[in-house]
Amino acid sequence: MADFTMPALGADMETGKVVEWLVAPGARVKPGDVVAVVETHKGAIDVECFLDGVIDDLAPLGEDLPVGAVLARVRGVGEPAAPAPAAAPKAAPPLAAAPERAPVTASGAPPRIKVSPAARRRAQELGLDAERLQGSGTDGAVTLADVERPAPRPRQATVARRGFDPAQMRRAIAAAMARSKREIPHYYLTSTIDFAAASAWLAAYNRERDPAERLLPAPLLLKAAAKALTEVPQLNGFHVNGVYRAGPGIHIGWAIALRGGGLMAPAIHDADRKSLPELMLALRDLVQRARSGGLRSSELTDPTITVTSLGERGAESVLGVIYPPQVAIVGFGRIVERPWVVNGQVVARPLVTATLAADHRASDGHLGGQLLVAIDRALQAPEDL
Amino acid sequence: MNEQQIRTLAADVLAGIAPEADLATIGDTEDLREALDLDSMDFLNFVIGLGEKTGRKIPEADNPKLYTLKGLIAYLAR
Repeated sequence: MADFTMPALGADMETGKVVEWLVAPGARVKPGDVVAVVETHKGAIDVECFLDGVIDDLAPLGEDLPVGAVLARVRGVGEPAAPAPAAAPKAAPPLAAAPERAPVTASGAPPRIKVSPAARRRAQELGLDAERLQGSGTDGAVTLADVERPAPRPRQATVARRGFDPAQMRRAIAAAMARSKREIPHYYLTSTIDFAAASAWLAAYNRERDPAERLLPAPLLLKAAAKALTEVPQLNGFHVNGVYRAGPGIHIGWAIALRGGGLMAPAIHDADRKSLPELMLALRDLVQRARSGGLRSSELTDPTITVTSLGERGAESVLGVIYPPQVAIVGFGRIVERPWVVNGQVVARPLVTATLAADHRASDGHLGGQLLVAIDRALQAPEDL
Repeated sequence: MNEQQIRTLAADVLAGIAPEADLATIGDTEDLREALDLDSMDFLNFVIGLGEKTGRKIPEADNPKLYTLKGLIAYLAR
């Protein structure tokens, strides 16, 4: 029997609220299954369970629960069901037990919902669950009128797909960034990179392609950073309790500005091993889900470094604030046309300013410089990205 | 397509990208990217949407012609 607990969806999360279970008690779950929707300051997140077995004892909906709180228990396959304590409600005879779909209260005892026989019959005809309706009768009993009232729409996963609360997200960003600036001794490096080869390659790549298959500079910058990190793995990981721990893969947290304010940096897993078209698709999908809901918990827990790219209307460079416990953040400014010296001649070139902010507890500037050199080298050979 | 159809089409496509956008408040010569705070990914999605709904092939080199409502109308009315 293993506990499935409230995940920490980033350093800035303290509590979360299960707003929907996507599995029923007794369901078989496999590692990676999305089992619940949890509402956080980052909006509604699809939470994956990495246990294998039968899930049960689901936590009640709608309660603020701290990170680490037990949300459910998962019994391994072949593991005998633990004898339930005699006092537990589920040990009661089945007839006395509550219908399993009834809402569960904090005490674990489901409230008894009264439904008039006429209401129950009509609800069945309409395919509604009478016990889920708002009752207006005596003691909150569900009456025929309640059933026939223009129905509250049936509950669907989309109900939980509300966006984030901007004020709450602001507070969470404030907490994480204040902690970063308080605890992490940042050092900063900057390099200007000739983007002409990458630009020419992109234009040629896109020329004959439909818009949906085109690439933007973003996946090239992302892949260049990911490849560079394979050469300088000391910047891809976490500083925890005074010790550096390398990340299990190159899972790049891609900073996404949310319309209306706010920011998040969900992971693109194993970015060093994905092709440019794969990365482009992953970016489009990630931006879409970051803005409309539907990010997965692993995307928020797994980033090993952050990359922020300001895009075509952004500033020329950005010196980032590290997202703890990560140890580095790479920034790319807007691609600008500027005079540049090539073979002793001044020519107009598209340039991009690449920056690194890194944790001085985990690395020194000499090493950080190697990362920027490796990014530059990667961008000079876009056909190999 | 006539002008009104093109405006409606643009509004439909933008509704999926910048839900809070109101095209009626934007001048015909304003840069849509500035006015609606569209980044390169948003603008690419805009072009993808226009292409899908009109069946037109829009080469990347034509992107600048779609930066304003005026340009968009001239381009798609052809």
